Amino acid sequence: MEDQRETVYKVDPEHPETESLPTLRTEELLLNMGPQHPSTHGVLKVILELEGERLVKSTPVMGYLHRGVEKLAEAGTYHQFIPHTDRLDYVCAMYNNFAYCRAVEKLMDMTVPDRAEYLRTMVAEIQRIIGHLFWLGTQALDIGAMTVFFYTFRDREILLDWFDELCGARLTTSWYRIGGVENDFNDSLINKIRQFLDYFPPKIDEYIIFLEKNRIWLARTVGVATISAEDALSFGLSGPSLRGSGVDYDLRKYEQYGAYPKCEFSIPLGKNGDTYDRYWIRIEEMRESIKIIRQCMDQMQPGPVMAEVPSVTLPPKDRVFKNLESMIQQFKLFSQGFDAPVGEIYCGTEAHKGELGFYIVSTGGGQPYRMKIRSPSFIHMGAFDYMARGYMISDAITIFGTYDIVMGECDR
Amino acid sequence: MHAIAEQIQQSFPTGFVKAEEWRGDLAITVKRESLHDVCEFLRKDPAMDCDYIVHVSSVDWPDEDERFEIVYEVYSIRKRHRIRIKARVPEHDCVVDSMVDLWRGCEFMEREVFDMMGIRFANHPDLRRILMPDDYPEGYPLRKDFPLQGKGWRDTFDFLNDPA
Repeated sequence: MEDQRETVYKVDPEHPETESLPTLRTEELLLNMGPQHPSTHGVLKVILELEGERLVKSTPVMGYLHRGVEKLAEAGTYHQFIPHTDRLDYVCAMYNNFAYCRAVEKLMDMTVPDRAEYLRTMVAEIQRIIGHLFWLGTQALDIGAMTVFFYTFRDREILLDWFDELCGARLTTSWYRIGGVENDFNDSLINKIRQFLDYFPPKIDEYIIFLEKNRIWLARTVGVATISAEDALSFGLSGPSLRGSGVDYDLRKYEQYGAYPKCEFSIPLGKNGDTYDRYWIRIEEMRESIKIIRQCMDQMQPGPVMAEVPSVTLPPKDRVFKNLESMIQQFKLFSQGFDAPVGEIYCGTEAHKGELGFYIVSTGGGQPYRMKIRSPSFIHMGAFDYMARGYMISDAITIFGTYDIVMGECDR
Repeated sequence: MHAIAEQIQQSFPTGFVKAEEWRGDLAITVKRESLHDVCEFLRKDPAMDCDYIVHVSSVDWPDEDERFEIVYEVYSIRKRHRIRIKARVPEHDCVVDSMVDLWRGCEFMEREVFDMMGIRFANHPDLRRILMPDDYPEGYPLRKDFPLQGKGWRDTFDFLNDPA
């Protein structure tokens, strides 16, 4: 538990010039950063203990966005909880839906039709691009490179408009369903995706132009907030924060879910575990996402988008509006839920921030007995104090940013 | 029984309670007294090598003698196995040993368990509430006897008790 790093900012008593230094009264300064601060990406307070401008200790104070989602889950049925998951990480709702639906499917031991798997994977990768674009824009904005923000948000808007077309919402999507997805892509969307696959890769190079040789960006990311692989694992970091330290851990490869086993893609790994490596990983992951989407588009065959398990999955919408039995079924599935088996599962999904997991304990019946959400943002905050020690006060902001933190998910 | 479970049973014959495998998840229940030793074994034994902490969680079973269940889920990056370790604690003495010395990420995760379920962790460096305010007086929200609408002044809302 001892902090091994040397404190470079302290006056060395052995140094020959020390005696000639004036004796100043020094004491640590406490500074509250937040709860309202534009770069905390939500409502987060951090109590910074400062020695001069250096961080000695930082204590995150969380819970300003705590809404008791885990408690609410115990009071509703499995289907009813899907919209709650949107509000966890409100920047990337699709991924939360995906992780949750996957967990319930594991509990119910269901398989999802092939086409639904492809659609899910594609939308998840689109969401990953959105997440990384959002991260890149805001991180650069926090550091002081404002221009990138406009470029990344221009492209993010295109993708959000697709979600609008797909499910009628840009951010709180609720498009995934237990056993499949709500609806299939329409032709215009497929055309748009195909165009985007050619449009986007040059745009990634465009973002890099702004940052690659930007002295400020480099000075504030290279070598900042380094964490060794061993420490990153011990803290439970996941996603780009872990892979930045060179640990090969990506659930897309090792859990074999969705259409990922059928796609070829590589996992970029960092070397130094600093903010720059994590930035580089996110850039490379966007390129990999484009590859995955392209392969899914080519491989996808027509077929159903919802599993045929009438006791669990929702009936198709057109039948619900025309057929009395289907309507009753839909009503009962939502109000009473389906009968889940007794047992407990943990299912983790590789969201763009890290491993988003759901631990569900079921005692039978339509409601989960206990649902624990393993949110990457919360666990990443646990490493903040360790990673921020010894850095300047202005680096605190880039260190929040490097985890890609969203407080809705952190506080749940 | 799963090979890992067997190994734990052999190494900790008195502490081992049961092992379950369901939907591909391995869950091993141990006695509270040997929880830390089992976790240390999982962390340090070269065959286990569980260096990654996935989550720390808790479940409340109010009708049972040992009311609370504490759940640690650990993963091995090199061996690629995930193990869930569980232990039961009674309500009158709900203390378990902290695992912060094994996985540093446990610090926040255990604080959350303490905050939400009221299980205390011995040898935890900084056991305070984390999501609820420090001076929150109404108990532990994820316990089953905590009402969904909350406690205190919210009890006086008329519409909550209105049959309507």
